[in-house]
Amino acid sequence: MASASVAWTEETRSVAGVDLHLRKGGSGAPLLILNDEFGHLGTLRYQDELARQHTVYIPTHPGFVPTPRLDWIMNMRDLAGWYLMALEELGLTSVNAIGFSIGGWLAAEMATMSPDQFNKLALVGAMGVQPPEGYIYDMFLNVPGHCIAACFHEPEATPEFQDVCPDQPSPEQAQAWEIAREEACRLGWKPYMYYPGLPNLLKRLKDLPTMIVWGGEDEVVPISAGQLYHQSIPGSRLEVLADCGHMPQVEKTEEFLALMRQFLA
Amino acid sequence: MFIGYFTERPYQDPGSGYFGATGKPIMDLTVSNEIYDAKLGAELYNRYLDEKMYAEEMGFDGLMLNEHHGTPFCMGGAMNVEASILARMTNRAKIVLLGNILPIWDDPLWLVEQLSMIDMISRGRLVSGWVRGTGRESVAHNSPPPYNWERFQEAHEFVVKAWTTPGPFRWEGKHFQYRHVNPWVRPYQEPHPPIWLPGVVSRDSLMWAAEKRIPYIMLATEMEPTKLAFQLYHDTAAEHGYESGPQNIGYLWKVHVDETEELAEQTARKYVQGPSNPFLAGNEGTVNPALVNLPGLTSRTRVLPTQAVATAARGGTGGVAGVLGRPFEQQVEDYTIITGTPDSVIPKIRHVLEYIRPGSIFFWDGDGAMTHDDAMRSLRLMGQEVIPAVKEIAKELELPGPFEVDPATGKDLTGEAAATPTADD
Repeated sequence: MASASVAWTEETRSVAGVDLHLRKGGSGAPLLILNDEFGHLGTLRYQDELARQHTVYIPTHPGFVPTPRLDWIMNMRDLAGWYLMALEELGLTSVNAIGFSIGGWLAAEMATMSPDQFNKLALVGAMGVQPPEGYIYDMFLNVPGHCIAACFHEPEATPEFQDVCPDQPSPEQAQAWEIAREEACRLGWKPYMYYPGLPNLLKRLKDLPTMIVWGGEDEVVPISAGQLYHQSIPGSRLEVLADCGHMPQVEKTEEFLALMRQFLA
Repeated sequence: MFIGYFTERPYQDPGSGYFGATGKPIMDLTVSNEIYDAKLGAELYNRYLDEKMYAEEMGFDGLMLNEHHGTPFCMGGAMNVEASILARMTNRAKIVLLGNILPIWDDPLWLVEQLSMIDMISRGRLVSGWVRGTGRESVAHNSPPPYNWERFQEAHEFVVKAWTTPGPFRWEGKHFQYRHVNPWVRPYQEPHPPIWLPGVVSRDSLMWAAEKRIPYIMLATEMEPTKLAFQLYHDTAAEHGYESGPQNIGYLWKVHVDETEELAEQTARKYVQGPSNPFLAGNEGTVNPALVNLPGLTSRTRVLPTQAVATAARGGTGGVAGVLGRPFEQQVEDYTIITGTPDSVIPKIRHVLEYIRPGSIFFWDGDGAMTHDDAMRSLRLMGQEVIPAVKEIAKELELPGPFEVDPATGKDLTGEAAATPTADD
């Protein structure tokens, strides 16, 4: 499915005290992608498509393979503070950004600390706020394969499902998942994947164009969390994709891309 | 030789559906406590305490307790409560806690106080062990697994300091912070109760124990990998400039003694017929792969030979659900279950002592589906025949326990009154 026309490069840059692994592809205005709790799941079609109009930057969070862990980062606000330093060093200020799941939480924390960091911000199935109804899926009481499968409403109808959740992951992939989970655990074990103060702090995003994207059948982060983000961020818009789970970018790629193209235009 | 008595204190409910030879295997975190029968629970708690008191009467040196959370295989969710009762109800045996789950205590000062009180009330009979806990402990008390080892080490340093340094003092650590540490109870033993470490899995904790001169107890592991693990302890000790010996190592395994060979076998089979217990070979239940691989709980690579065996038995390192199920017969064959009359049991115990050379041993008995009567028969025969014989064998084999030779210094303690060896920190 992946289009071969986009050349992706990988580099390691010494940034804010760590050897940051960075994937980069495409051309145009910079677009920052903040990965979810699984880390890099391979080059997916949505990334190739976004790279047609943007220079897409996909950093690997510290503590995810292969960027080394920073011992002092013990919660999401630590990581957000580090990322603000890192993006400044990378010259990626006033950048468009998409944050997926735990990466959405990260983006939201960064934006509350420094709203000018972003030009436009999309939060997709973002963790980070306590859902008023339901709970965030407990990824630590399930093995990685089950966790990824739980992100899909209809895995069998999703062309790229086998790419992100192979029946037989390679030892390297299995190891990378475990290491990603370990760092996710440090960031969000307790309270589980949210920061209680965040809804109150999100008012700082009032001048930042923010789009919240949710799968209508998200079983990982209940849609009530999306609604809370929407209520907490003045002027934000909430887009709900029907028949879709926690990974709209993979399960409903076309609809997701249409939203992004329109939002980022 | 130090000889202790142990049982997991299983919640034995014949009506539960997961109890007995044909009971369904339990997967961790899948049994709701709505089925808990309060009257049965009360009977069992009192039964297990009675058995501990009888074990003291029968000549055991140590009464061992452990702690697990949210599972029927071990009713000791707050082991220090049981230890407190034994502190008052017994008067000679050591109360051996193997151990408190250090990383799950958000407030280790409370642990300092509880253990000091147990040591006070027992007039210095507490042996305070630490464990890191399994996945179910981290989940039950919501303690972050990737920080398990850091929290373990910091809590240990904090507890020892609180036991040994006059307060008030401040503690500003990575995981624990206090501005006024001054507990109004201190341990009875000077400088503090002995600290021991039990384990099965982690190379880190075994080597840490060896470095700290803390005795290490292997729990129901198979003999050959146990010996290999102890060699690692002795090698690590040598690297740290001291000679460890039997006083530094202990071994717990299943021993049941009975009046006839037939009754012994029939009763010992009940080890594998109670509620599933992941530590009870032959009836481990169904492994919950997520709980086994809780992110960062233990190092992915630094495991002991004993764990490598267990992992292989589970079908590899992939965290695949499965049942271990080493059959009863195989366990009898490889000495991880020893059962019989005193006459047949004693030579088998001798074989284990010769092979592993521990200074402390613990008989794991009265578990699974064994009844109170089963446990009491065995305790009586152990007291009358097995313990005296094993003590003689240990003398002949030169296997001193940690109250005979100081594990930290190698010094002979037998001539000293009220000798209380402690870990050197």
